[in-house]
Amino acid sequence: MFKRTAAIVKKEFKQIWRDKRLLFVMFFLPAFLLGIFGYAVSFDVKNIQLAVLDNDNSHESRLFVNSLLSSDYFELVKVIENDSEVKAILDNKSAQAVMIIPVDFSRNIIGNRKDADIQYLLDGVDGNTASIIKNYLNAATNRFNNDLLEKRMLKSSAKLSQPLDLSVRFWFNPDLNSTRFLLPGLIAMILIITAVVTVSLSLVREKELGTIEQLNVSSLRTIELLIGKVIPYLLIAVINAVLVLLAGYILFDVAVMGSYVLLFLSILIFLFAGTSLGVLVSVISDSQQVAFTIATFVSLLPSLLLSGFIFPIESMPFLIQIITNITPAKFFIVVLRAIMLRGVGVFAFWDQLIYLILFGLVALLVAVKVRNIKDAKI
Amino acid sequence: MHSIEVKNLTKKFGDFVSVDNISFNVEQGEIFGFLGANGAGKSTTIKMLCGILNPSDGDAFVGGYSVKKEPDLVKKSIGYMSQRFSLYNDLTVIENIEFFGGVYGLKGKEYTERKNWVLDISYLKGKENTLTGSLPGGVKQRLALGTAVIHKPGIIFLDEPTSGVDPISRRNFWELINQLSEEGVTVFVTTHYLEEAEFCNNIILINAGKLIAEGNSTELKQNYLEGEVWEIQTDNPVDALDILNKENYVIESSIFGNNIHISLAKNFADKGKINEILKQNNIEVKSIEKIEPTLEDVFIHLLSDKYNV
Repeated sequence: MFKRTAAIVKKEFKQIWRDKRLLFVMFFLPAFLLGIFGYAVSFDVKNIQLAVLDNDNSHESRLFVNSLLSSDYFELVKVIENDSEVKAILDNKSAQAVMIIPVDFSRNIIGNRKDADIQYLLDGVDGNTASIIKNYLNAATNRFNNDLLEKRMLKSSAKLSQPLDLSVRFWFNPDLNSTRFLLPGLIAMILIITAVVTVSLSLVREKELGTIEQLNVSSLRTIELLIGKVIPYLLIAVINAVLVLLAGYILFDVAVMGSYVLLFLSILIFLFAGTSLGVLVSVISDSQQVAFTIATFVSLLPSLLLSGFIFPIESMPFLIQIITNITPAKFFIVVLRAIMLRGVGVFAFWDQLIYLILFGLVALLVAVKVRNIKDAKI
Repeated sequence: MHSIEVKNLTKKFGDFVSVDNISFNVEQGEIFGFLGANGAGKSTTIKMLCGILNPSDGDAFVGGYSVKKEPDLVKKSIGYMSQRFSLYNDLTVIENIEFFGGVYGLKGKEYTERKNWVLDISYLKGKENTLTGSLPGGVKQRLALGTAVIHKPGIIFLDEPTSGVDPISRRNFWELINQLSEEGVTVFVTTHYLEEAEFCNNIILINAGKLIAEGNSTELKQNYLEGEVWEIQTDNPVDALDILNKENYVIESSIFGNNIHISLAKNFADKGKINEILKQNNIEVKSIEKIEPTLEDVFIHLLSDKYNV
């Protein structure tokens, strides 16, 4: 058993080594995906383009505008002189937000007669970003208000105290960095694509060349063939995982909080599910072209859209939530976030590991069934 | 004991009967030809005999093991080579040998001995590190056979082993098959080349899943042909065929290159009559001769009966 499996492993490694194109794809694809998603996909809203129409043009109004610009959330792109320009600025997207300060702004503040108004016009096309901008503006305005209040109180030598003092701390990702949130999903996606694509291609290649016939009539057992075929790609996927983790640490400052042993074991279980999916794809397809198409389709799309990598599963419609179970990445992302970001132990996600194992077994079972049906048709 | 014993072997795919109740025996050490048109059920039969496809009905004993009940033991006692010469083109000669040696669990002295034997028969001594993909067809074919029997099986199945190979390589390959047969290996071979079938000790022909003829080459010619075969050389074989087909004493006719073969009733020997008819139609006859029938004559006769051609 061992000897025969070893023969397959050895052969497979030689073939991988000789196929420079495949080798390139296997190591380039993860780097490419990491670069694209790591740098391009981010929910953080920074450098909001702000245009200001200051009708008051007073010390107070400038003070307020500067208090906004002192953070790196806002960037002054235009000082508007005239009311009529406002519409054009939002129309041609030269600013995301326009702040309009009325003529009586400083008079109202100094005189303390009535509340000073400020109007914001926001580009609401991207609703998500607009509401984040609104929150930033709210926070900035509140801070300015508080400072002002404090000064007034000091003058009247009273002490400022608020009935409720809200104190929020974000755990696990204190500065709400979205890359930190995305990286585990990215690792899952990279691993499942490499696992499904390489395993299915390597099995279908044997079919295409007819060498599978030769192996079928030999006394080689199916399980020996599968193990021998999967081991090399498993190893490569593990190396990829290590590289992606390293890159995540170096480029995006995402370190692993939890146990490395647990992380490694979880990766192996996930790769088992992924390679089983690869075996299923190889049974369905008869040519490498078909296998590649199906493999990228079943690995890339669901792990991007349905895994909770970017879009939270909880906010999907119930039916879609059920469909999300077609990708093992869904379970693995929960595990990865738990280990990498929360640093928690296996008690927090053992059920996900069981789902992964079940997924792998079901995929293999379906593969066997499909193969039997196909054999019966020839 | 027969090397291969096939008993009422049947394979159905849904309603379609691919192999229909066939039975035959193969003796140890003989070269056994298994012939039939494409889609006649040859591949299905071979798959069942190799233990990779379960029969719907009947059974076969290969090397004494039932393909139905002991497919794993069957696989251990056979070698198999297909027309696709299933080698890894991106591996070198020695890597292919090593791989198949490993798959069959060979090691140590046994492996070294078999490796040398494979290199010998494929004339690849000294070229161990050549990429298999760059070898010429004939050499690849011998290497494929070598790796297929690297574990010294008592029985080998060759599925159209010579298709796509030049005539000289084909001849050499048959010498190799003869050599194996002399060493006591049973060779079960399918082919489309009927002149190759003449090299077989015994032949069976199947059509539409049914066995329609069996015997050695001489027996087939005697038992399955009704008349005598005459060869007519002419400059216009197509028209000649049409004219002769209308004559009632012509049992069967077919074109062989520039000649036509007609089979005539055994007691009919009046070649003057044929000459006369063709001359009347302005067809020049170069020669008319009674010839020894070939297997092709037999099979065309047998298959045209079935197809009503």
